[in-house]
Amino acid sequence: MSRPLQNQRIAIVGVDESDEIGIVPNKSPLQLHAEAAYNALADAGLSIKDVDGLLTAGPFSTLVVAEYLGIEPRFTDSTSVGGSSFVIHLAHAVAAIRQGYCRVALITHGESGRSARTRPPLFQGLPDSQYEVPYGIIGAPIRYSLACMRYMHQYGEERTRQAMAEIAVATRKWAQLNPKALMRDPLTFEDYHNSRWISYPFHLYDCCLVTDAGGAVVVTTEEVARSCRKRPVWILGAAEGHDHNMISAMPDLTRTIAYRTGPAALEQAGVTHEDIDLAMIYDSFTYTVLVTLESLGFCGPGEGPDFVANQRTAPGGDFPMNTNGGGLSYTHSGMYGVFLILEAVRQLRGECGERQVMHKKDSSQPAKIALVHGTGGSLSSCGTAILARD
Amino acid sequence: MTQAEQRPLPVPQPESDFYWEKCREHELWLRRCNDCQRAYFYPRDICPHCFSRNVTWVKASGRGTLFTYAIVHRPPTPAFRDRVPYVVAIVELEEGPKMPTNLVGIEPDPAKIRVGMPVVVDFEDVSPTISLPVFRPANSA
Ligand SMILES: [Zn+2]
Repeated sequence: MSRPLQNQRIAIVGVDESDEIGIVPNKSPLQLHAEAAYNALADAGLSIKDVDGLLTAGPFSTLVVAEYLGIEPRFTDSTSVGGSSFVIHLAHAVAAIRQGYCRVALITHGESGRSARTRPPLFQGLPDSQYEVPYGIIGAPIRYSLACMRYMHQYGEERTRQAMAEIAVATRKWAQLNPKALMRDPLTFEDYHNSRWISYPFHLYDCCLVTDAGGAVVVTTEEVARSCRKRPVWILGAAEGHDHNMISAMPDLTRTIAYRTGPAALEQAGVTHEDIDLAMIYDSFTYTVLVTLESLGFCGPGEGPDFVANQRTAPGGDFPMNTNGGGLSYTHSGMYGVFLILEAVRQLRGECGERQVMHKKDSSQPAKIALVHGTGGSLSSCGTAILARD
Repeated sequence: MTQAEQRPLPVPQPESDFYWEKCREHELWLRRCNDCQRAYFYPRDICPHCFSRNVTWVKASGRGTLFTYAIVHRPPTPAFRDRVPYVVAIVELEEGPKMPTNLVGIEPDPAKIRVGMPVVVDFEDVSPTISLPVFRPANSA
């Protein structure tokens, strides 16, 4: 006898990237969606015919992706609120599956951030087209650097700068352990400080990569999960929110809505910050990580620089973070969030080889509980999920 | 100049026509709520603080402080290629709201720019119909 649907645990049973990630000029974004979907379903041991829910974000809605894949989903979600969207899709997939709207939900992403032959035109009806764009406040690096400067003003420029360097250097060390990472050369503190300015206070190495990549995730019921190829990774809690769109409208440039999504997801999961073996924190910029760790409640406001000091988040440190090498050094197609989920699932399955993170309470076992946090827009939208193995 | 190299200009929307008309006259006007008494940016007909529709226009003093800034070195689009380095900023107006802008009349040098410094509005005529409110240090001529 299986449990009633509404009480069933919901699991991630398949994850994968597109065949290639990084610099992939020979494939379209939809091709990257499709390859990732194909690979993630193979990882799960499920067929495309099993898929009855589709979730995606970006310029291609589920209408476009479903047609390309040749499926007719009965549950669809094109929530597109920036790079956090795919973490938010986890929350929506859980709700949809528990309500019986679908049984096997497929989340897909594909983006040619680097090599796209065409780009969507600027939509001039948006408020930012009137109030930010004319000033040259365009694109994520400029917008996020405005927030970072305010943080530096409030909490000290030098210690913030050091923290940003710590994050860039630590993340590169993880990338060196990931064969799929684009940037695998060593990065020193000196390299960081000597790198050119993109938008002061951001150095080049404060900024994520711009790559081509696809990623996909398969979510299903406990019952289906038991018959899948690999052991399930449970979605214990998931929460979402946003508190502005334009950077100039952000209520507090030194705190994201993670201050709400973090505690909500943890509470739902019945775990605390201390239980987290692995943190996958969206790193569009080094500053994104700093402000997110504080907002999630891993430390207090302004304490982030102390929290990440001395390579604490690097391999061998006691707070393993962004172990795939992150958006800073592994890949960042534009809407990076799906890749946070991929790495967390692989770590919880114990598939990560050299960079495998172990369970705090039993170091003979792989990591047991992971926190995945996506940030999208101009620090605008957040999704937090707590994932765990049995 | 190709289309891509032209500086992007705002396209006023119905609720912002008045704002841009006043900017063309080199005046900065804000929306203000008659119920919660708060001024806000950007202009819209419903107060984002209390959802009241009882809102009015007020002329801003044009004074404020630099809330944050950044110095852009890599041009975000070809249109800004000849402008780098330039200073983008958020200014906190005396009336309360914060607005995005450029800081002008000062070297794009972090040693010279200070968060919290007093600034005053100025206007840059970028087309026959559009003048952009920008800010300069209050003590500069
Ligand atoms: Zn009001």
